[in-house]
Amino acid sequence: MHSKPWTDRRMENIVGNLLRAGVLLSALVVLSGGVLFLMRHGRSPSDYRVFRGEPSELRHISGIVRGALKGSGRGLIQLGLLLLIATPVARVAFSIFGFSEEKDWMYVGFTTIVLAILLYSLIGTS
Amino acid sequence: MNVLEFSLLVGVSSLAAGFLGALTGLGGGVVLVPLLTIFFHVDIRYAIGASLISVIGTSSGAAAAYVKEGFSNIRIGMFLEIATTLGALLGAFLALHVPTAALAIIFGLVLLYSAYLSGRGQPIVPLDDHPDPLATRLRMNGSYPSLSGPRDYYVHRVPTGFSIMFGAGLLSALLGIGSGAVKVLAMDQAMKIPFKVSTTTSNFMIGVTAAASAGVYLNRGYVDPGLAMPVVLGVLFGALLGSRLLAHVKTRSLRIVFSIVIVALGIEMLYKGFSAVM
Repeated sequence: MHSKPWTDRRMENIVGNLLRAGVLLSALVVLSGGVLFLMRHGRSPSDYRVFRGEPSELRHISGIVRGALKGSGRGLIQLGLLLLIATPVARVAFSIFGFSEEKDWMYVGFTTIVLAILLYSLIGTS
Repeated sequence: MNVLEFSLLVGVSSLAAGFLGALTGLGGGVVLVPLLTIFFHVDIRYAIGASLISVIGTSSGAAAAYVKEGFSNIRIGMFLEIATTLGALLGAFLALHVPTAALAIIFGLVLLYSAYLSGRGQPIVPLDDHPDPLATRLRMNGSYPSLSGPRDYYVHRVPTGFSIMFGAGLLSALLGIGSGAVKVLAMDQAMKIPFKVSTTTSNFMIGVTAAASAGVYLNRGYVDPGLAMPVVLGVLFGALLGSRLLAHVKTRSLRIVFSIVIVALGIEMLYKGFSAVM
């Protein structure tokens, strides 16, 4: 039972809060990883002239989470970036729920397509 | 340069880019990649990876504010995101095979075009009051708050807008930018959506579009934490400051200065690209 009718306005409010929380959380994780990284590697030489590609533990979700749990600065930064990428994905996932509450099945369909593309990019391409 | 000095310098530059991008409405992403490649000698692939993620941050942060004001149209956004995310996916795969010199040249052209668009100012598009059958079936028509109460609008030429959006997604993924200018163009000119609605909806879509290619970039090792950390934090903080100040400053002269910077960076990117080819 809903006390208030489910409307676009209400959905937009929740989406706004979701986005703000996602950005704030990921910024905090990136910042804490950055502090660790700079404390440990601040004096090493820096060079991004040549593209080498990142090692596999910084490319894939499982490796990133493992690195972050071990307290690796780089791993924590990647985890924060991953959260930032996940924020719009969560927004899209929530919209599926919102449109289904409005019984707008056409838009449930459209939103599901967008979510599938996003998940494919994040998980399917590794 | 050691890692600490590099991070601080990149962080401050990204902050400035995010700040000016938010103040002028041109977006910080468009100057970020040239800044990193020209002044910090970062390989363009690392620069694009870092820029793309910062674009997600600024878009989500700004969209959080816009969405509550009631201007953005969640249905138009969601429908067109099918086009932008598909385009972004294609762009991300293309980027893995396009030579970096070609990326620099395309980037230079896009910079010059953005400067041209912002110099031309906001085009006045007459709004069409006749409902379009396809847009009506897709439930895209809406209303937005104005001083004299809610104003209704009708959306037009959905297929044209959809195709342009595919291109916008492709460009965003290929260059690591929001390509908000192209998105607004599709919605203003082709679909006849009111300016305020199209800008906020476009901003709303940029994060989702960038997320579609960021996954591919991350999985292919284009996202370096040491570079992305100062870029993302700097741009986010700069954009936040910029949007807070927006109501209190005159942005006209700032827009002109920023446009000149964009032209200079565009020429430099073209030079960089062509000199690598020859």
